[in-house]
Amino acid sequence: MLEVENLQYGLNGKSIINNLSLHVDKGEIHGILGENGTGKTTLAYLIMGVNNCEPTGGRVVFEDQDIADLSVSQRAKKGITLAWQEPARIEGLRVRDYLKLSGNNLGIEQVENCLWMVGLEPAQYLDRDVDDTLSGGERKRIELASVLAMRPKLAILDEPDSGIDIISLPLILNGIVEMSKRGSSVLLITHNEKVAEIAHRVSLLCAGKIIRTGEPAGTSQWFKEHCRTCPHINEPTEWDKGL
Amino acid sequence: MIHYLVEKEYQELVDAYEKAGGDKSALLSGDTASLVVQEDRVLSATEIEGVKLAAKTDEGFISAGLLIEEGCKVSRPIHLCFGVLPQEGLQRIKLRVDVKRGAEAKVIAHCIFPNAVHIIHKMDAVINIEDNASFSYKETHYHGDYGGIEVVPKAKVTLGERALYENTFSLVEGCIGKLDFDYEIFCAAKSVAELTAKVYGKKDDIIRIFEKVNLNGNGARSLIKTRIVLTDRAGAEVIGETYGNAPYARGHVDCTELVNGEEAVAKAIPLVSVTNEKAKVTHEAAIGSIDRRQVETLMARGLDENEAVDVIVKGILR
Repeated sequence: MLEVENLQYGLNGKSIINNLSLHVDKGEIHGILGENGTGKTTLAYLIMGVNNCEPTGGRVVFEDQDIADLSVSQRAKKGITLAWQEPARIEGLRVRDYLKLSGNNLGIEQVENCLWMVGLEPAQYLDRDVDDTLSGGERKRIELASVLAMRPKLAILDEPDSGIDIISLPLILNGIVEMSKRGSSVLLITHNEKVAEIAHRVSLLCAGKIIRTGEPAGTSQWFKEHCRTCPHINEPTEWDKGL
Repeated sequence: MIHYLVEKEYQELVDAYEKAGGDKSALLSGDTASLVVQEDRVLSATEIEGVKLAAKTDEGFISAGLLIEEGCKVSRPIHLCFGVLPQEGLQRIKLRVDVKRGAEAKVIAHCIFPNAVHIIHKMDAVINIEDNASFSYKETHYHGDYGGIEVVPKAKVTLGERALYENTFSLVEGCIGKLDFDYEIFCAAKSVAELTAKVYGKKDDIIRIFEKVNLNGNGARSLIKTRIVLTDRAGAEVIGETYGNAPYARGHVDCTELVNGEEAVAKAIPLVSVTNEKAKVTHEAAIGSIDRRQVETLMARGLDENEAVDVIVKGILR
């Protein structure tokens, strides 16, 4: 479904993504686990083609097509979408209209269902605006609901758990699992090893490079033991690089 | 009930009103207060119990008066329709509104100039809202695409104690031409004034919006909210002034102007002043191009760039 091959990206002479390679299978939840500043969000931007991020090397291949020359819209029309870590607020755009944007001709029941799946009561949210009257957590959940409504082939979720209260988090995670069951692939970006445990596989990101990929429990445990205590975050030693 | 009809003109204007999104049945209904004016002629005026509505032509001016009687709660909005259907014309309106103590009313006003090539529309309003009264005035303009219109609405609004005043001015359909909007509000104790203006400038439109609120009474509150979108060579200057002159007065000026074109020019001048140590007045103004993150958020759902911009513009002007 998604192949990232030797991806490189730098800014102001500093390497941010460093020969990164990974693949995501159809229906797979692939966790990207890393500390702050390791390049997780930049990776998301490079795959989606937003924020003026263009690779300086390597390829992003989606369904056997190099998507380097595709616009954000074209990538979305191919079935890729992104839920931002801090989603934009759009004044005057109602939640019900935001969820219908993807062009799936969703009926109101389906729109409501997407809101229920992220723990929001439709009656309270459908006619609110996607603006700064929403709390950070509400906006994040609506972002996820809009991804659910889009039914993408690949959903890139950038820290979907940040700003979410502990009561709502299981709902969010269930929503992600449900998305996968419906056939969507998910690139689940997080720094929370508990969240990464819903993934089928997890890759550890350090200094813009995947240093380890494996099953969630073991990889998360390794992350906890090594990355959480690492004294040289984002400056991997030769030992780290050789892992 | 007063009911004047000039059949053909009336029908044409009412049809234009309906095309512009107005509720035609409200104008035709005998139990809804309404006023229909074509250029400098009063075509109909309908009063209902508790609402006195009179209008006449006076030396080229439309002189109109609206009075809501004390304690009267008007259940249906009062409809005003001001139009000029020919390509050229002059419409000058003097409007006096009195909302008596404890009364409540909403006005929906439509100003319709679908064929304008050279039209001047001037309104001078004096609005008095007495103690504990509530008055909402929503004015929507429908202009043609030529833009040869000069729109000059001016108003002095006085609010009694605990009075509520909401004014919404919307000019987002068609080309504006030239807009010179000038409102001044005087707020007594515990009264609340909310002014909202939404304007979409295109081609060579020139927009000037001046809104001034004087918070003169203890605990008076106000919000001046302006949303402007500019394309092509349109220019806008928005001046929002609020004066906190009494204890616990609270005011806020909120202006957003989006510029979507290399030649459009936007300017915002908020002025906040406090003459009482217990008053507080704040402002925020944002001028700039359409936020890239917003555009990309919508593009990531499959909209192309133009569609995304359109959604953002419609949202801010909704």
